[in-house]
Amino acid sequence: MSEPHYTLYHPRWYRRRVSVWWWLQKGSYTRFVLREITSVFVAFFAVVYLWQIYTLGQGPEAYGRFLARLRTPLFLALDTVAFLFVLFHAITWFNLTPKAMVVRLRGKRVPDSVIVGANYAAWLVVSGAVAFIMLRG
Amino acid sequence: MPSTVAVTVARYRPERESEPSFQTYEIPVRKDWVVLDALNHIKDGLDGSLSYRWSCRMGVCGSCGMKVNGTPKLTCATFLSDYLPGPIRVEPLDYFPVVRDLVVDLTDFVRKLKQVKPWIIRKEEKPLGEGEYLQTPDQLDTYKQFSMCINCMLCYSACPIYGLEPSFIGPAAIALAQRYNMDSRDQGAAERLEILSEHDGIWQCTFVGECTKVCPKHVDPAGAIQQYKLAGATHWMRSLLLPRSAR
Repeated sequence: MSEPHYTLYHPRWYRRRVSVWWWLQKGSYTRFVLREITSVFVAFFAVVYLWQIYTLGQGPEAYGRFLARLRTPLFLALDTVAFLFVLFHAITWFNLTPKAMVVRLRGKRVPDSVIVGANYAAWLVVSGAVAFIMLRG
Repeated sequence: MPSTVAVTVARYRPERESEPSFQTYEIPVRKDWVVLDALNHIKDGLDGSLSYRWSCRMGVCGSCGMKVNGTPKLTCATFLSDYLPGPIRVEPLDYFPVVRDLVVDLTDFVRKLKQVKPWIIRKEEKPLGEGEYLQTPDQLDTYKQFSMCINCMLCYSACPIYGLEPSFIGPAAIALAQRYNMDSRDQGAAERLEILSEHDGIWQCTFVGECTKVCPKHVDPAGAIQQYKLAGATHWMRSLLLPRSAR
């Protein structure tokens, strides 16, 4: 007797492709993409900062030109937008920390609100210290 | 409360159509009815050809995951009364191939789950005579949350990364890997890290966080993945900075 011939069953699947606009389909997806985009503005601040140090090294005249350029409407607008994005970046980052950082004290997990609160407190202290040093003179 | 509600169900009959279509049924509204009851009502009295998966109808088996009005839900725990006056739209879970109507093929997940070795790995088993591996309630508490996963696949359906990068190992499988990593009886964390620190593992995750939001068992897969990233990065730093003996 010859071996029976089997045909392997394979369903006719339907697969839907993910739309290019998937990130607009839900508010939380849009907020996620905005959060990811904030990295561009963080980089923007870093570049401006490096540029500032560079011009500072070039002497007072170059530094004055740099400061004048920062006061132009274009840079003021850019800085405002970048600041809002960086603020969004910082807040979402702090709110997400307890997900990655699980702290256990005497076997019990420290509540998320304490970890978030500690981050904000540290942020305030560091910002206060920086402000104190900058505004003192 | 209205006496009926329109339930629009995605239909896909591969022998008849090449794309899914929608069919609407009028369902009597009862206070204690969930979406799964509505589907059973359709199957029993209105249209016996409707296909969907279910089993325990009490949030334990993880079979009845579907999209209800666009959000991945366990249909046995989703009350009609929360969606009145309707219509209620029921669709198969996203990102998995649809076999028929509301039934999706989960082979991809089962394959990935096996990859992450979700079982207790011992370097050396101790002899039976020495008894069980004991564990304190605190040690149990560190991983218990991740062990609640019922493989319902709502998290995969909520994860746009899985949709865009189908090779991503995904939230539930990584949470289950973490469940064993954090088990005091397990010694397989390094073996799992080898798989999960590769391209399709934890670093594909960009922390959208939707997996945690839709999880019906509060497993928090997003948290599991971020904790894994932290552990992975620490491991990498140690291997970079410390001599082999001190790692």
